[in-house]
Amino acid sequence: MLQSVIFYALAAGTIASAAAVAFSRNIVYSTFALLGAFMGVVGIYILLAADFVAMVQLLVYVGGILVLTIFAVMLTQGIGDVTISNRAVGSVPALVTVAIAGAVMLYAIAHTRWHQAALHAAAPTTYGIGNAFLGDYVLPFEVASLVLLAALIGAIVISRHEARE
Amino acid sequence: MRTLVQTLLASGFFGRNTPYDLVAAIAVFVLSAAVFLGVAFPFAGIVSWVERRVWARIQSRVGPNRVGPNGFLQWLADGVKHVCKEDIVPTDADPVLFKMAPYLVVLAFVLPWAVMPFSSALILADLNVGILYMTAVTAITVVGVLMAGWASNDKWSLIGGIRSAAQIVSYEIPAGLSIFPVVLMTGTLSMQGIIRAQGWAPQHWFLFANPFTFVAANILFISALAEGNRTPFDLPEAESELVAGFATEYSGMRYLFFFMAEWGNLFIIGAIIATLFLGGWQFPRVSNNPVVMNVLELITFNVKVLFLVFVSMWVRGTLPRVRIDQLMTLCWKYFVPIAFANMIGTAIWVAIWPEGNPVAGYIMFAAGIVVAIVFIRRVVFYAKRSQMELYYYPTI
Repeated sequence: MLQSVIFYALAAGTIASAAAVAFSRNIVYSTFALLGAFMGVVGIYILLAADFVAMVQLLVYVGGILVLTIFAVMLTQGIGDVTISNRAVGSVPALVTVAIAGAVMLYAIAHTRWHQAALHAAAPTTYGIGNAFLGDYVLPFEVASLVLLAALIGAIVISRHEARE
Repeated sequence: MRTLVQTLLASGFFGRNTPYDLVAAIAVFVLSAAVFLGVAFPFAGIVSWVERRVWARIQSRVGPNRVGPNGFLQWLADGVKHVCKEDIVPTDADPVLFKMAPYLVVLAFVLPWAVMPFSSALILADLNVGILYMTAVTAITVVGVLMAGWASNDKWSLIGGIRSAAQIVSYEIPAGLSIFPVVLMTGTLSMQGIIRAQGWAPQHWFLFANPFTFVAANILFISALAEGNRTPFDLPEAESELVAGFATEYSGMRYLFFFMAEWGNLFIIGAIIATLFLGGWQFPRVSNNPVVMNVLELITFNVKVLFLVFVSMWVRGTLPRVRIDQLMTLCWKYFVPIAFANMIGTAIWVAIWPEGNPVAGYIMFAAGIVVAIVFIRRVVFYAKRSQMELYYYPTI
């Protein structure tokens, strides 16, 4: 009962923040509204007893990605009035795209057989995640870290290139 | 917490059919409010007075001594003054974000208290991911500071906010990497688990467990000072360049919120170091009475934390402010590589001695005592040579 109330409150908060991100005319408001969306997701992870994932979400998304986004937004000009740069995409094609995507999603939600786990007390997940990363999933884990390394080096190369010119 | 809720339900005070969750939720709210209002906020206030007094003595001044005995009530007077002040929002500022920013900063200050291990029983929530939680929630401060800097619509505020964010984001990396050696040695992220893995005697603390943890403790303390915007790293509020940094346009209670969080963060910094490296609340088992033991543990923990708070005041009164390039050089060119080396070194150490090396603890502790004696001798030597007048009374 209480869990349902908390879940719907978190979901409503997350969706409201996400809507604010999408619909706000002020790009700074959009970025700060991301905080609410990220925090809502953290809350849902906690409700699902995924304590480690929740904390990493908070650390990486709020502490890292959100701050970087705010930095980037603050260094741009004309924050108050955003001009939509791509006029080629009108409202009719956008509506069609959204309608198709929404229909696919509704179909997927309706036809998925949702696996319902039995209720049990929250157990620590950190050991399991660590063992999985360095056991069964060690190859995907290493490949993901290689991708990140490549992105890191790529970012440095691009920024150094601009500095030279 | 669970036993408390079960005791409450068994006492029949709430009636027969009260759901467990509801009682648990009420207990969480009441206890959290008690910790925040009874410990966190008064601590932040009192520490502001203590700091002004300590700082004044270091600089041969008197400091605030008018309100109450030795000026002890100064923090209450300041609070009343700030509440009574007009809450000014500049015309060109963004009113919504301007008003919201101090709350985010205070939120990031109150959240870590949930996992504060005051004693073996006194902890609001002994999370399995306690230390990770502590580092994650303090990251919300950056968002509040950036919000304040941008919403003020003022160049000083914006530069202060961006400096603060750059500083916190940079120093989070060495701070986070310095936590890993301890996690590697204990195999747990829980605050109580880390404390239980240590002993009450200094040679069993993680500070002296091996050379790598000793370096990690120092890096963590310095990085935490930088994250807390403390001198010598208080560039975001550098008075000589930026007026008051991101807080320039704030007045009244909103201004006080920023500084309450800053002073209160001293306790959190001290608590993280005390938990990870100084044995937390560990106290020799002198009594079988749990109440007596918990009181002794509470005192032990607070003595360790307050000592570290005093050290940070001491540093603030002694060292000059660094430049921004020096700050970044220190972080990226020295702390990050050293912290990585520490992590690998600890991993090798743990691989060689999985149960820890007891001899290393004694050797490290002895070395620590030698360093402390040399330091005290130098201080006494210079104090004698400069023939300065020493005042031994703490009050004036």
